[in-house]
Amino acid sequence: MARIFAYIVHKGGVADDSAAELAAAAGKIDSAQTPTAVVAGWGPNCDAVCDSLRTRFAEVWRIAHESLAYPNPELVRKALVRVLPAGSIVLIPHTHFGTDLAPGLSIKMNAAYAPDVLDIESPRGTMLRVVRQEYGGQVNAHFCCDVSTGVVITIRPGAFKPAETAPAGGVIVDQSAGVGQLTSGRRYLETIAAETGDVDITRYPVLVSIGRGIEERENVAIAQDLADALGGAVSCSRPVVDAKWMEKSRQVGSSGQTVKPKVYLACGISGSFQHLAGIKGSPFIVAINKNPNAPIFRVADVGIAADILEFLPELTARIRER
Amino acid sequence: MEILVCARRVPDTSEDDIELNEAGDDIARDGLVYSVNEPDNYAVEEALNIVERDGGTVTVVTVGGDEDEEILRREMAMGAKSGVLLSDDAFAGSDGRGIAAILAAFVKKGHYNLILTGVQAEDGAAQVGGMLAALLDYPFASLVNSIEILHGKLKIGREIEGGNKEMNEIDLPCVLSIQTGINEPRYVGMRGIRQVASLPIPTLGAADLGVNGDAGANAAKVRRADYFMPPLGKGAEMLEGSTEGIVDSLIELLKAKGGLN
Amino acid sequence: MATTIQSPAEATFWFIQGRILFWIVNLLGSACFAYILAKRMRPLLRGQRDPRFDRPLIRLGRLLQFWFGQWRHPRYLGAGIVHILFFAGFLVLVVHTIELLALGTSGSPVAAGGLYGAISDYAATVVFLCMIVAMVRRLLHPARYAVPARYGRAHTADAIFLLALIAVLMAADSLFEAGYAAGHWQRHLPAAPLPVFSLPWMLQGALARASFALVANLYLGAYLAHELAFFFLLCYRPFGIQFHVETSLFSVYFANLDRGTVKPVRWGVPDARLDEVKSFGVKTFEDFTWKHMLDFYSCADCGRCSDQCPANTVGRPLSPRFLTIKARDYSFQHFPVWGSAHNGDRLIGGIYSEDEIWSCTTCGACEAECPLLVEYIDKIVDLRRGMVDDGNVPQSLQKALQSLESRGNPFGKAEKKRADWARAKDFVQTCSVRIANGNAPADTLYFVDSITSYDDRIQSIGRATAKILNRSGENISILGTVEKDSGHDVRRFGEETLFMALREHNTAAIHASGAQRVVTSDPHAYNALKHDYRNMPPVEHISEWIARKVRAGGMKLHALENDGDVYAYHDPCYLGRHNGIYDAPREVLDAIPGLRRVEMRRSRDRSFCCGGGGLALFYEPKEDQRMGVKRVQMAAEAGANVIVTACPFCMVNMEDAIKVAGMEGKMTAIDLTELVEKQTR
Repeated sequence: MARIFAYIVHKGGVADDSAAELAAAAGKIDSAQTPTAVVAGWGPNCDAVCDSLRTRFAEVWRIAHESLAYPNPELVRKALVRVLPAGSIVLIPHTHFGTDLAPGLSIKMNAAYAPDVLDIESPRGTMLRVVRQEYGGQVNAHFCCDVSTGVVITIRPGAFKPAETAPAGGVIVDQSAGVGQLTSGRRYLETIAAETGDVDITRYPVLVSIGRGIEERENVAIAQDLADALGGAVSCSRPVVDAKWMEKSRQVGSSGQTVKPKVYLACGISGSFQHLAGIKGSPFIVAINKNPNAPIFRVADVGIAADILEFLPELTARIRER
Repeated sequence: MEILVCARRVPDTSEDDIELNEAGDDIARDGLVYSVNEPDNYAVEEALNIVERDGGTVTVVTVGGDEDEEILRREMAMGAKSGVLLSDDAFAGSDGRGIAAILAAFVKKGHYNLILTGVQAEDGAAQVGGMLAALLDYPFASLVNSIEILHGKLKIGREIEGGNKEMNEIDLPCVLSIQTGINEPRYVGMRGIRQVASLPIPTLGAADLGVNGDAGANAAKVRRADYFMPPLGKGAEMLEGSTEGIVDSLIELLKAKGGLN
Repeated sequence: MATTIQSPAEATFWFIQGRILFWIVNLLGSACFAYILAKRMRPLLRGQRDPRFDRPLIRLGRLLQFWFGQWRHPRYLGAGIVHILFFAGFLVLVVHTIELLALGTSGSPVAAGGLYGAISDYAATVVFLCMIVAMVRRLLHPARYAVPARYGRAHTADAIFLLALIAVLMAADSLFEAGYAAGHWQRHLPAAPLPVFSLPWMLQGALARASFALVANLYLGAYLAHELAFFFLLCYRPFGIQFHVETSLFSVYFANLDRGTVKPVRWGVPDARLDEVKSFGVKTFEDFTWKHMLDFYSCADCGRCSDQCPANTVGRPLSPRFLTIKARDYSFQHFPVWGSAHNGDRLIGGIYSEDEIWSCTTCGACEAECPLLVEYIDKIVDLRRGMVDDGNVPQSLQKALQSLESRGNPFGKAEKKRADWARAKDFVQTCSVRIANGNAPADTLYFVDSITSYDDRIQSIGRATAKILNRSGENISILGTVEKDSGHDVRRFGEETLFMALREHNTAAIHASGAQRVVTSDPHAYNALKHDYRNMPPVEHISEWIARKVRAGGMKLHALENDGDVYAYHDPCYLGRHNGIYDAPREVLDAIPGLRRVEMRRSRDRSFCCGGGGLALFYEPKEDQRMGVKRVQMAAEAGANVIVTACPFCMVNMEDAIKVAGMEGKMTAIDLTELVEKQTR
């Protein structure tokens, strides 16, 4: 069995939640092995992250290099290629960073590539079976990967539930020396923060979230009415922002905000993974959608097959009556 | 600027009507409507905007069969100067890496400053762009939502979490995967496509490209074994009955879960 | 001391003999006018062709009705009466004016008297008074003359100037007559008496105590003033809105005779050869047809079109009046009387904005109102064709168009589900509708069209229609999954190629079905099948069909259960204005016992568009308010609590508006078919 590495995304000295998910995924591949965490960065932040991972990982490889102070995937890839042994199994979260890093990494490591994976079975010989989705989550598929020369797997955030583990008492191994010179044709300049709108949806315990099913800009008011009655805020999925019916700051999803409300009403939202990726903390999810086959009903707690344009006003009226 | 856009013909999935076929080994394809992958269309529009400002031409390429020509024609109707089909029986069964290898062989036959792909296609893999860049040793950036031309390089924005924008500088030649919403693609109708109907679309095969063992089923490291419907699992508890009844039940649940004061 | 009045020809004006002076003035003035006219013709000669020389008898008839008969004018009663009066005055004065111009060189001292002379004098008086009234009205500024800031300065000064000049012309003419009569009276010479209370008569009275010399000078001065004013006006009119004095005859004669349809992409180019046309639609000024350019010249800036335009009323960036005025100003600037012509500027992004052109719902209120029969819909469609040709289409419309192309409906729904509305379990048990799907033959074909087929709410109109037809023994079929969108609004949004493909497909399907007649509940489909499609069997709208049955006694309508409701019928644009079907739906409603009906203040050909149908549902306009909201408010103002319509798009917009306006519980909307179905159960 090849060695499993988990690439740890971190920010401000704190490891991302995906670290635990990668560990859980690694456990599915090989329950006998604790994966090795890989942390690429620079300075005290990098050190703090490495330290915090020792409870979950037996070994933590630190790759500290000045150019890696900001995680430029092009540079990270070069470093990993130099440091990771050939034939490894590399786990990376499927995020804006992971999808930038992983495909090229698989080429340079001459490994197979399995992106956006929801489930993994133990390998049999040189074959590893994974579960992926296609067509916006409408169908699942099993994929067989030839891992004889290794494999790079990106893990769908939230797909693997972190397990409670006994403290691993991990050891930090410094691999920085193996990196050498790092240059790239791509250079990070700066990050421009999204314009904060009038409403910070991350602060609300109740969100009335709308998707394409709202049909037109004027109908957003229907959701606002309900949000007012519930003391919550209106958030939305990507298509609503693309259509310019709401500001970007209202978008929940992998390219929008991450929210942790108590109650999340998904109205006219089909339930793409990119949207669901923005919902954390297991809120009570109510899905209302005209199409009873919409993927959202698989993840919601309660579902109502109805037209939101009719249902929401009735709900609002009833709430106001009380 | 000579720009190459890698495009793909995909089924339209917006109506949520993908089902398994009877044999269970593929999705039911008849009745499906195919068109160009939406992010690829944004990529072509971006390429056209660049050459309209700074000169050059746009070439669109796809890996597939005769039925994929229609998307090349559509992008040519939009304004791309030429379309190329990379087709060969030997390409069947290629995985993402194989497709990237075929495209890389094509890129090496030309002189392109900039290669664009859409951020992802119907399989949600988002892999070909990054793989292509690695095979060519070109710098790569994904989820690009803005491009500014500088001298010999580009200033690009990437869409990252929280709606933030990561600004990078990237040297030419490079590969970028383009996110939807970067621009507003122009309309292409039947008339436009008719006007390019008789333009030739060259087809190149394995021998033309010099792609030896890097593509096709044998070279593939990843293979789809089957399709299956996602297990419903627990799923949502569907509320049934009259609208009034449902509304009342929902209100009770919201109260219990702290959604109602 | 002179014994007689010298005629203008014989008098000397500052050392030039009158005869010579007026020869020069007449010649120069006429030459100037001819030159200006020729220059104004220039863009028309470069414009696209437009066959308007056919059906001369019908055109003459309409000329009599709309030009001579001023048919449209009384729709705004005050201004209308004033205009009719001075228009009549002008017509009377034509011969008189020619006489006047001629006598400056011929030597007669005054224009002919007699009965015609007397009528002319009264005509001049009436025109004079009308000019005063018009100037006062203009200064008091009715709202529709206002010029919004983005369109530039107000037109008031220019309008007053021209009205005043015409008044001067009348005054000069009258003073000339008065001077002649007064001079002769002073010399105890015979002169025909001036008609009492006419302006010349009043002026003669004013001159009674004037010295002979003064009278003689005023007489000659008035003639000179008349000459100069006349030729100044003649040459000035082509530079402004008064050009309509000359062009109105032609704009009315050449007006469009074929209502309901839209001009082809290029007159003279058959559909099969359209691929040869390099550029579709209007992109530059010379892409307009000569008749459209003539329309720009003929606008009288009255503002009635914009006053009636629903888009303008709700604050969209469209004002038909300024669509015309801006084009006219463009043509004056780019095809000037002095200087060279230059075409080539893009109109969209230049004088017009994209939103301006997409804002139109093609309701036709502007065309129904214009006294000069200026056409708008063809121009808007041509401008849209140009934008579509350039790929310049709003994203929301692109999605709908793409769906229409790939699936035959704008909603992106699967073709195979198009007839599902007719397969609903409880419906099938009570009603038989044969779903042809290209196989079974049909006698009466119900053309359902996309919204009635796919929209959950609107499907009930389809079922109601089918039940009504069934109950009176009609065996109906629907095309089923082979039916595609009629393409009515695809055409009006400028995608002619896609429209032609849809039309070709549906035409073949309808012919293959062997249908003897077609019924539809969708006025847009009705209009398309009737006017855009060719070689169709007879087409009826369901309201016409029901009215026929009611008249023949073949339909028993039960009394309403609740007679407390008040109903208002809303005329859909494509049933009413475009096709003249106003009475049939009203007959049907009035045949329901116990139904109380009121008319809204804008009804029949003044009906206020609901917001538009077809692709208009996919366009996101910039507006202050929804058209539908205004309309349901009008229904409430009329005292109604139920608004009845006969169009699925009107229904969508009305129900939407009721929610948005917060009128739920106070107003409901029902389709005519749904109501009739209920009352025939």
